[in-house]
Amino acid sequence: MTEATSDWRPSALELERRAFRKRQTTRSVLVSLGSTAVVAVVLWIVVAGTPGAQAVRTSFFDLDVAIAAFPAVLEGLWLNLRVLFFAAIGVVIVAVVLAVARTLRGPVFFPLRFLAAAYTDVFRGVPLLIVLYLVGFGLPGLGLFPRMDPAFWGTIAIVLVYSAYVAEVFRAGIEAVHPSQRLAARALGLDHGQTLRRVVLPQAVRKVTPALMNDFVAMQKDVGLISVLGAVDAVRAAQIETAHFYNYTPYVVAGLLFIALAWPTIRLTDWVTGRMRAREQVGSIV
Amino acid sequence: MSDAVDAVRPGRAAEPPVLELQQVRCAFGDHVVLDGIDLAVARHEVVALIGASGSGKSTLLRTANLLEHIDDGRILLTGEDVSDPRVDADRVRARIGAVFQQYNLFPHLNVLDNVTLAMRLVHRVPKGEAERRGRELLATIGLEAKAGAFPDTLSGGQQQRVAIVRAIASEPELLLLDEITSALDPELVGEVLALVRTLKAQGATIVMATHEMPFARDVADRVVFLDGGRIVEEGPAREFFRSPREERTKAFLARVLSG
Repeated sequence: MTEATSDWRPSALELERRAFRKRQTTRSVLVSLGSTAVVAVVLWIVVAGTPGAQAVRTSFFDLDVAIAAFPAVLEGLWLNLRVLFFAAIGVVIVAVVLAVARTLRGPVFFPLRFLAAAYTDVFRGVPLLIVLYLVGFGLPGLGLFPRMDPAFWGTIAIVLVYSAYVAEVFRAGIEAVHPSQRLAARALGLDHGQTLRRVVLPQAVRKVTPALMNDFVAMQKDVGLISVLGAVDAVRAAQIETAHFYNYTPYVVAGLLFIALAWPTIRLTDWVTGRMRAREQVGSIV
Repeated sequence: MSDAVDAVRPGRAAEPPVLELQQVRCAFGDHVVLDGIDLAVARHEVVALIGASGSGKSTLLRTANLLEHIDDGRILLTGEDVSDPRVDADRVRARIGAVFQQYNLFPHLNVLDNVTLAMRLVHRVPKGEAERRGRELLATIGLEAKAGAFPDTLSGGQQQRVAIVRAIASEPELLLLDEITSALDPELVGEVLALVRTLKAQGATIVMATHEMPFARDVADRVVFLDGGRIVEEGPAREFFRSPREERTKAFLARVLSG
């Protein structure tokens, strides 16, 4: 921090205040360290004191099994990552189309509005697992499509469900853009589509970025559900390894890998949200 | 009186008014906001709309810009009936510049992009050409250095001047100003009004709703007083303020000028 005038020295009053704030900070750090230690010790005593603690440790936290199962589970996670990549692209495209369809005005667009509303209602209501079964076993059963990998149908099911949620997020963003922005754009002669693309959507996306990233985090772990279709992803691989070693540690390994996958996005979400909040309350300390 | 005003007088074979409202009526439900408005604005003319809040000033400007549907009457832009629903409203709005009370700059675009957006998208001016012209316009208001800045880093007066430049960038035939100084701190009003004076000197055709009576008197060619959705009185600016004829006008002026 630069000080405005070169001959300025903090007054005794200010120095005393600074010293007080410093003592307060030190005290706060000590208190938080102390309380964390207490909580950790209590948790340890409670968990280690349970009658089955030893049995759980050997069947869920066996280091040798973890090391042996790791390559297979990691290989499975690579499939999850690919599914996540294509699903995310699909979700964004479908969700934007749905959100825009729901905000269209005029009687001509009633069927579009109705279909979009029905879609979001249905796919937000049905459990993902049921959509996975219906899409993964039902659609190939029609015999209409060439034989596809289970991961393909899993991706489709995830896109169907998540685009319904994300469409609602986009719609909230579109409606949060102040009508005067639309007015200003139309007054300049931009047509409806140009106004939507160049003025409304860019602002809408900025407003809902934290919510979108949160949905992405949820999707990162839900890609693990494609294992029910038989795709050998991280969860399925862990299941196979568990059966092989007769030990549950591979599931823990898969869980940790999913956390590692989600963690950067989670931190990024918090950072983005914090930055947006900081921008909105410039100059405030509360 | 200027030649421009003479030009609209009947009997002289001259160009049609830039803007002409004929018996325009506009209602929101049971509330009649404009109740049979007749108004003609000649090329290069500056018309000030005055009146209390709710008298219909803003609505009149919005109907002229086809941002509000009218319930009866006609709106002509250089003789063409633009209130006909078969007319492409986007094309009409592209010929009219509008500035609002709250600036309404696009917060996600920098100053230069705000100014050039309509040139590029609506008037299909190539990007380089649009940006050159945008910088030129920003230079005329002393904000060339702010071309890359975002609107929220500008003062209210700067934002409003950018909004005016954005409105005139594609050389509209008509400029509509809706209480453009009402949201500004008093010390920032002057810079915005100075820009309007410059535009008038350059020959712009302007219709402005305003609460700035001294400004209306000095800059407008003609003043139109609205009350309850009707034109109560209109006349050349100086005459209008010196010797208002209608009782309602006198009462309104007494109220705003004493405050």
